[in-house]
Amino acid sequence: MLTLFIIIPLFGAFVIFLVGKYSKNISYFMGWIVPAFLSVLALSLVGTKETLTYQIGGWVQPLGITLVGDGLSLFFLPVINIIVFAAAVFSIPYIEKYTSKWIYFALFLVMQASMNAVVLTGDIFNLFIWIEVGGLASYALVCYKVEPEALESSFKYAVLNSVGLLFVLFGIGLLYAYTSTLNMAEIGRILHERPNLKLVGFVTVLFFTGFGLKSAIVPFHSWLPDAHSSAPSPVSALLSGVLIKSLGIYTLLRIMFNVFGFNLYISKLFIFLGLLSIITGGILAIYQKDMKRLLAYSTISQVGYIIFSFGLGTPLGMFAGFFHLVNHAAAKSLLFLTSGAVLHVTGEREMGKLGGLREKMPVTAFTSMVGSMSVSGVPPFGGFWSKLVIIIAAVQAREFLGASVAVGISIVTLAYYLKLQKNVFFGELKPVWNNIKEAPWMMCFSMILLAILCIGLGALLLPGVRAVFITPAVNVLAGGMQYCNAVLRI
Amino acid sequence: MIKKPEHGMTVIVKTVTRYTDVLILMFGMYFIFNGHLTHGGGFVGGIIVALSFIHVMLAFGKEVALKRVTERIIKLCVGLGAISFLLIGIIGFTKGAFLYNFFRKPGVDYIGEPFSLFSSGIMPLMNVAICLAVASGFYAIFIALVVYKIGKRR
Repeated sequence: MLTLFIIIPLFGAFVIFLVGKYSKNISYFMGWIVPAFLSVLALSLVGTKETLTYQIGGWVQPLGITLVGDGLSLFFLPVINIIVFAAAVFSIPYIEKYTSKWIYFALFLVMQASMNAVVLTGDIFNLFIWIEVGGLASYALVCYKVEPEALESSFKYAVLNSVGLLFVLFGIGLLYAYTSTLNMAEIGRILHERPNLKLVGFVTVLFFTGFGLKSAIVPFHSWLPDAHSSAPSPVSALLSGVLIKSLGIYTLLRIMFNVFGFNLYISKLFIFLGLLSIITGGILAIYQKDMKRLLAYSTISQVGYIIFSFGLGTPLGMFAGFFHLVNHAAAKSLLFLTSGAVLHVTGEREMGKLGGLREKMPVTAFTSMVGSMSVSGVPPFGGFWSKLVIIIAAVQAREFLGASVAVGISIVTLAYYLKLQKNVFFGELKPVWNNIKEAPWMMCFSMILLAILCIGLGALLLPGVRAVFITPAVNVLAGGMQYCNAVLRI
Repeated sequence: MIKKPEHGMTVIVKTVTRYTDVLILMFGMYFIFNGHLTHGGGFVGGIIVALSFIHVMLAFGKEVALKRVTERIIKLCVGLGAISFLLIGIIGFTKGAFLYNFFRKPGVDYIGEPFSLFSSGIMPLMNVAICLAVASGFYAIFIALVVYKIGKRR
């Protein structure tokens, strides 16, 4: 069952690679049917009580590659696949104007396979390989437009991420030298039996650099605004919505909580870097004139919120982190898709040159409003509840400074989203844009789907829903080293 | 092709290439087919095979090389290599697990025999599949670096 999440997208991608050149309908069909099927499959796995494991090739546990489906992985799978589905449907009209559409969908599915594999694998070197695969697919997708700006940002993205992953490779080498195994559960068990604080401290720093670059926490964030703003919009939605979360935040959480074991130093590091990201991303976002750059800086700030609340280390903090992660994934993907719709219709990204599009594009304007309000935390939407829980958790954990920063920057967030709404959708319609029409129905479909998600996700706070979706993931993180025993079945 | 002085390098280089290129190709093939017995395997062998093609391109010029191995063949090879690797893995499902060595008989753990070319089940097949993908992919990267030119900044 777990392998299907890796095999089906890869199979789709390779079929597109073979025959997509001759029939674009096959690549379109594969492009949306594969994520749709996997979303249903991922939703059907939610609520599984025991830890699912799968031995690739039938090899026994510490030798072969193990796929692990525990609460944390099964929480990430539906988030990834649903957002990939929305972005894939959106892509079909969006990439009409570009050439070689089949390569786009092939890379899209490879990226989906890599994200699914990263959250499922239980082998640390396999994890590294899949991060590289996802990275390579996204470098190619970022420069899909082949414009000088896109090529430059893709190159920057590629170089910085490769350097970051080199640190990860060093870390994996050191761990392998000490424990003689690559299975994450086995590494955790051996480190627990024969503790080596110097090694773990050094490797923590290396991993923080590498995975921090992937998840764009502040000192390592400089690639993100360029890459996310110059990519095609559905790809930006994927990068911002799920790629940095599955490749960056998931790996950080899995290794820091389940393999090394969470301690005070890691907690302080999470809180410090999280707060730094919240402040820097929030303040830089106000000054942006480009619509997609504003959204990209906002991503840095919101990732800071997620990292901060995980750093609190309390079960409520972890719950808040997961809750905000889902909300941000839905809302930020939605916002990038709406910016893509505006870009598709007008061809303009500068906020100053747009205005009053509300009359001409009602669906886009409404869904963009929903997304903005959800990220900035206005009551009925999911984002409000998750920010509220983050602040309550911070106060409970006696992090009063963090709580006040979170409150303050959430006002700033509201400010820059209102700026976006005012400059793009409200105000007077410029005469240049008199002849534009609403985006095609496929774009509207995926925007409406994500808008419904944004509104409905507040329901995750209800105890019954929470127990099915988020509590298993929180239990895995709070359980810490019990992950190793559950996987190795000791 | 050796008589076209306008393409490629000098006659000396071309003549030497004609003799060495086959050797490089065979060396790559040796790596691929002995990957399960000695050091090497599909990735290393694939890169050596790609290097033999690059050698031809460097010596005789890109027009000559691209006439023999066209871009379409390269793309087909990348797709075929990748999908055949995946299909071999999927066939393993019939015996229980993804990427299971389905030539293995029940009860026998290791089916590889030292110095025996036709042993160890799916490993040589996988090496060939990897070689197809890696060789054509590596060659495609080289072609992309050679053929595409820097456009003017708008």
